Amino acid sequence: MYKKSLSYVHLIWMALFVLAPILMVLVYSLTTKDANGNSVLTFAHYAKFVNPAYIGILWKSVWIAALASAVCLLLGFPAAMILCNRDRRRAQLGKKGSVLLLFVMPMWMNMLLRTYSWLTILEKNGLLNNLLEALHLPPVQLLYTTGAVVLGMVYNFIPFMILPIYSVLVKIDRSVIEAAEDLGANSFCVYTRIIIPLSLPGVISGITMVFLPAITTFIISQLLGGGQYMLFGNLIEQQFLKADNWNFGSALSIVMMILIFLAMRIMNLFNKNGQQVAMF
Amino acid sequence: MIKKIVAVLISCMMLCALLAGCGEGGDKVVLNVYNVGDYIDEQVLDMFEEENPGIKINYETYYTNEEMYVKVANSGSSYDVVFPSDYMVQKMIATGQLNKINTANIPNLSNIGAQYLGKDYDPADEYSVPYMWGTMGILYNKTMVEEPVTSWKILWDEKYEKNIFMLNSERDSIGITLKMLGYSLNSMQETELEAAKNALIEQKPLVLAYAEDDVKDKMINGEAAMTVAWSGDAFYCMAENPDLAYAIPQEGSNLWFDAMAIPASSKHQAEAEKFIDFMCRPDIAKMNAEYIGYSTANVTAQQMLEDGVKNDPLRYPDLSTLQGLEVFSYNEALTERYSALWQELKIAG
Repeated sequence: MYKKSLSYVHLIWMALFVLAPILMVLVYSLTTKDANGNSVLTFAHYAKFVNPAYIGILWKSVWIAALASAVCLLLGFPAAMILCNRDRRRAQLGKKGSVLLLFVMPMWMNMLLRTYSWLTILEKNGLLNNLLEALHLPPVQLLYTTGAVVLGMVYNFIPFMILPIYSVLVKIDRSVIEAAEDLGANSFCVYTRIIIPLSLPGVISGITMVFLPAITTFIISQLLGGGQYMLFGNLIEQQFLKADNWNFGSALSIVMMILIFLAMRIMNLFNKNGQQVAMF
Repeated sequence: MIKKIVAVLISCMMLCALLAGCGEGGDKVVLNVYNVGDYIDEQVLDMFEEENPGIKINYETYYTNEEMYVKVANSGSSYDVVFPSDYMVQKMIATGQLNKINTANIPNLSNIGAQYLGKDYDPADEYSVPYMWGTMGILYNKTMVEEPVTSWKILWDEKYEKNIFMLNSERDSIGITLKMLGYSLNSMQETELEAAKNALIEQKPLVLAYAEDDVKDKMINGEAAMTVAWSGDAFYCMAENPDLAYAIPQEGSNLWFDAMAIPASSKHQAEAEKFIDFMCRPDIAKMNAEYIGYSTANVTAQQMLEDGVKNDPLRYPDLSTLQGLEVFSYNEALTERYSALWQELKIAG
């Protein structure tokens, strides 16, 4: 009885703070004000989106977010593997605790602050260029480039890649690996045939959890990219905060939501173990 | 089990805090003042409460005009005094978001300079009282820019490739480009806007970044030779780094005002007017001008400032001799057109 009542609280919470806002966004995206100030149904905002300029912005965002996810995976998988092996060895020695905390700790700080500090590292008179100067090397333009944006995304979102992969890896039954080794599999074979397939759910949820914030961010592309180009997040931000066009901004948000939903469905097709990819 | 108890305890504490918050104020009138962050000497709020024991100020801040508008227009909460900029005053009047101010209740209005009144955004000064004002210009680093800065064209000089900041704000950046081309910064002429767009696209390879508020830190650290800047920000940066200087280009520029106004949702019109009058009192206006460092619209207070400040031709330029200064005007079609143009710039190149 007690538990059931708690689940109602959860339902009400979800309805109020998840469902209702999404419905409001949907309503905004499908309406416009006519001359008398009445709301009328329209698809004009979606029609406006079908324009090479906006598709171009979307494409660029997808590309950069995909790049950031790929880099996160390349760095995150080995990191999770190393962490996992280390924790296993320590567990055998009866020691507790994990360095995983070190990866999570930066997330306790505000993301804006962490991104701001990259400005100090990358700028013309920043730490990196000072170091190059000390080594008598020519300064390089690091800030306000696509590379800086991808770097910012990787730095901010890599814990979201490491955590799910780590949590899947630690659950792999050690005896499965030992069995493979007993049957003559070399370590390459163990990796490709055992560890990687078994870690796939973690990899997929890692990719999703990096890709989602990367494709919607507007602050990283503004601060580290110098506003040279727009990503989808910036476009939505501009509609709401500057152009005061909530209707078009909502339509863009809905397009983004549909795309993310489709992407997650496709990801789940690869995930044959039956585990659903968690959104957050 | 322990976790549950802790959760329940925390919930109780939060609820208590919430209820305690409601109880504050007692029988005093609570005046909701909604201002841009760091845009007042907060001491004056205490002074106002001391002088008016029946009024308690609930002070909240926002970051942009647009944010304030959304809150005032849509949130259903009641604010008594807000600080919109010129174009936002115009928009709020047009959408019925402001109450008329009874100037009879504001005797200190006589301290506001006549040159700051009767502007197009509120022609009869019925809805707003000017608070701070300023210009837009070029903030540059004297160690990197040798020639005198007199024209917006210097922002298009290839010598300064990747050494120029522009503002990531369509109204401002398109506005100064129109000014450079000799047009009005409120232009809706398609040929003029097209020319401005082409000029901005041509400039894009020279621009280091379209920056936001971070431009101030960047200029102080000598990251670039020049930037478009609002006068108030420019003076702040110049105080931090003496190599910096500010110039108002001769083609003309933007003249901006931040004003005090009373939203239509206000329930304490008389107290709000009392507060605005208090803010117009010379000693209070002087405190605010000194704290913020912007140019005050209060001429009596201006005369009380330090010599170097009150006579500074950049802080207090003579508006009767300075040509080509224009105030931004608001209309919906213009907002939409300018933001579409800005997107085209971002996609180009």
